[in-house]
Amino acid sequence: MRRKAQGEKRSCLMRIKEPFKLTAVGVIGFWLMAFALLPNLLVVVASLLERGGDEFVALILTLDNYRRLFDPLYLGVLLDSLWLAAATTLLCLLLGYPFAYLLTRMPTRRRPLLLLLVIVPFWTSSLVRTYAMVILLQTNGWLNQLLLDLGWIAEPLELLYTEPAVIAGMLYALLPFMILPLYAVLEKLDRRLIEAARDLGAGRVTIFRRIILPLTLPGIVAGCLLTFLPGLGMFYVADLLGGARAMLVGNLIRDQFLSARDWPFGAAASVLLTVLMGLLLWAYYLSARRANQGALP
Amino acid sequence: MSEWVIELRNVSKAYAAHAVLRNVTLQVRVGEFLTLLGPSGCGKTTILRLLAGFEPANGGEILIGGQDMRTLPPEQRQVNTVFQSYALFPHLTVFENVAFGPRVKGVKGPVLRDRVMDTLRMVKLEDFAGRKPGQLSGGQQQRVAIARAVVNQPRVLLLDEPLSALDYKLRKAMQLELKQLQRRLGITFIFVTHDQEEALSMSDRVAVMNAGRIEQFGTPRQIYEAPENLFVARFVGEINNLSGRVVAAAPPRYDIRLHDRVVNLKSQYIFGVGDRVHVLVRPEDVRIWREHEGSAEERAALFPAVVEAVVYKGSTVDLAIRLDSGDTLSTTQFFNEDDQALMNLDFREGERVFVDWVRDWETILPHEE
Amino acid sequence: MKPRGAIQIAYLVLIYGFLYLPILVLIVYSFNDAKYSLEWRGVTWTWYRNLLDDPDLLQAALNSVLIAALSATVATGIGALAAVALYRYEFFGKPLLQGLIFVLMMTPDIVMGIALLILFASLSLPLGFWTLLLAHITFNIPFVVVTVLSRISGFDRHLLEAAKDLGATEFQTVRRIVLPLLMPAVAAGWLLSFTLSMDDVMVSFFVTGPTFEILPLKIYSMARLGVTPEINALCTLMLGATLILILVAQLLLRERT
Repeated sequence: MRRKAQGEKRSCLMRIKEPFKLTAVGVIGFWLMAFALLPNLLVVVASLLERGGDEFVALILTLDNYRRLFDPLYLGVLLDSLWLAAATTLLCLLLGYPFAYLLTRMPTRRRPLLLLLVIVPFWTSSLVRTYAMVILLQTNGWLNQLLLDLGWIAEPLELLYTEPAVIAGMLYALLPFMILPLYAVLEKLDRRLIEAARDLGAGRVTIFRRIILPLTLPGIVAGCLLTFLPGLGMFYVADLLGGARAMLVGNLIRDQFLSARDWPFGAAASVLLTVLMGLLLWAYYLSARRANQGALP
Repeated sequence: MSEWVIELRNVSKAYAAHAVLRNVTLQVRVGEFLTLLGPSGCGKTTILRLLAGFEPANGGEILIGGQDMRTLPPEQRQVNTVFQSYALFPHLTVFENVAFGPRVKGVKGPVLRDRVMDTLRMVKLEDFAGRKPGQLSGGQQQRVAIARAVVNQPRVLLLDEPLSALDYKLRKAMQLELKQLQRRLGITFIFVTHDQEEALSMSDRVAVMNAGRIEQFGTPRQIYEAPENLFVARFVGEINNLSGRVVAAAPPRYDIRLHDRVVNLKSQYIFGVGDRVHVLVRPEDVRIWREHEGSAEERAALFPAVVEAVVYKGSTVDLAIRLDSGDTLSTTQFFNEDDQALMNLDFREGERVFVDWVRDWETILPHEE
Repeated sequence: MKPRGAIQIAYLVLIYGFLYLPILVLIVYSFNDAKYSLEWRGVTWTWYRNLLDDPDLLQAALNSVLIAALSATVATGIGALAAVALYRYEFFGKPLLQGLIFVLMMTPDIVMGIALLILFASLSLPLGFWTLLLAHITFNIPFVVVTVLSRISGFDRHLLEAAKDLGATEFQTVRRIVLPLLMPAVAAGWLLSFTLSMDDVMVSFFVTGPTFEILPLKIYSMARLGVTPEINALCTLMLGATLILILVAQLLLRERT
């Protein structure tokens, strides 16, 4: 019944556009199947195979690659990487949330320009920006010079090739990815809700905890998603700012594919990343649904 | 050609399993200003969409100028629409918006220019031809939408709540302007609104709709003064509803018991003794006597009551009155210029009064659940 | 209120400073007439001239522009088509396609990089120009879809009906109404794709071969060896080009009337 009514409604428009529709759906469908779905399936398959000689993989099923992820050697890298990404994400959130909130409080007239100033680093190459960070942090770099001139330190610090340097670099590369989704939810936040809460006698902390935070949770989760996942993978940040040590899952994966030539193991590590992504997406979905429940009938 | 420019015969329409129009039959005269009035979701906009050709009907016939519309796509119909949202093309100037219709029909050069400018002059927008819709006020956008729809000289103009986005004063002014425009163009207007005041003041005839059906079709006066059922009575204007029972019948006059009073009233309906009826009275038809007014005999025929609330409205005073029988009436009292002191409307809450209404201005309907 | 306002402004300035200071330092030092010193020795174009004298670098730049332009163009075509189809039609598997587009956008670059590498390896495609192009088209598509889709979704659905109502045929409606209204979003989608493609390191890292070098990877391999004024100059040029493209894209997206 339903399908019939819809079909009739559209029928007169459809007749002319049928070839167009077939082409459009066909092309995008093919592309996504071939270059999004298939490669990811192949990764899963590869992660379940054994390492091969000339062929990269040998067609023998095994769970060994996943077991090896928990080998102390690799587990260390994994935990390091999780720690670095989590620290970066938390810093991004702590710095980005007040920033995004203040942006929404700026005069409407100035907001487009202020927002553009966040969008520019969002779209520019994070490699170039990481490199800029190197200039700033190197031993004879700008930051050391500044601290020396101020008399705060007697001799240049070894800033580069340390863990804080990597965190700083990732923070610098990823902060815009946290700010933009936060800004999006904070801008949509109805000011009258805050006024209503104040009217009802809620203090600042209560308003933030009970009103603003739950309503902006989807933005927070989205921001964390956009910083945490790349934070695990950005091998060039660890390379340029952290030195030769493999610090991130990203470096681990890259090395498996380029130097160690252990594709199945690299694939397993990347499946792990994908699973993490899935969990975060799920969290995002839940938070978005919860935040919208009040608004939707 | 027949007298009807539009005919709907038993038209029905459903979305999925939900029926929005049930066997609607409607005939529209050439040059008429017809309003479809009803609450949201009653199907009034659907009728416009069927006439414009955006959607096909599930059953019945739609004729425009005597021609069956079933297979004709919107672009080939001699009807044009003014959309509720105006739907002005944002990337085109006012001139180009109005020129769109003639242009796609192949009109070019000075002929096109003249036609567009004439139409813009008609809606007093000739100085705004070069602007984009985004640079116009709501009222101006509204006029562009109208100009764009009439420039092709359609047989019928469909207007889907075109005034709902405007503020009160502008809406009043546009009502008048639309009415004048319609007279000048001689085009049939089919106007959709949920605002009963708008419907009554502009239309030649009004079709009151509810839940996919036409409840009553008639002149504004018929609709307001002689509603054919409770829905129409309640939807169009405010009305008081008193339940009664027929105690003596001498058609067209009946004795009807309203609680402890029996009143003799006239009705076009045929009732039998014992039938339950609704006696409907408009608030402005209710008359009020204060305690010191009128003689005791006069009062004996009135309904004793107590004033429950007094609402001052500027030109009127509205009262909520509770009859001793328990029914509540709302009344509207007009300030009378002839009274020297306006003291006569100085009602107090809790004051005892006596009420009746202007006889024969009531409406009597058979009982409905 | 006043002191709090001042603190707020200070905080904004601080974060903007953090976002822009390193870039500013990078740009300034690309003009410094000293090879290894921070000391300001006056303005020079030496480093930029050096870039022009490096044929490898020029070739890499040319390759990058070629890949970016081609991938942006193809991705814009496919992406715009997909956006229109997703907006106007119901079809079997539509939720799957929407899901894939979303997942494609969220997938960490490194995962996409190795997934495509495995795909190309299983197909025995030699890594180089073609694999790079396919990869770039793939990661650009979702951005075009989202850009165009958000524009169409903002349309008043009645606009198309109004055009029909006034007598326009399907072709006239598409040519005079749909295309002009979509144009800014399509152009913005192209520009954003172009910048994404120009700037990408992670995916390209896995899917290009030694025969086909592109600028970001060149910068990466140079930067691993240390800071030189030439890289400063090169990065400044990249930043400048990206900045211009983003500004144009933002202007196109903001234009409403």
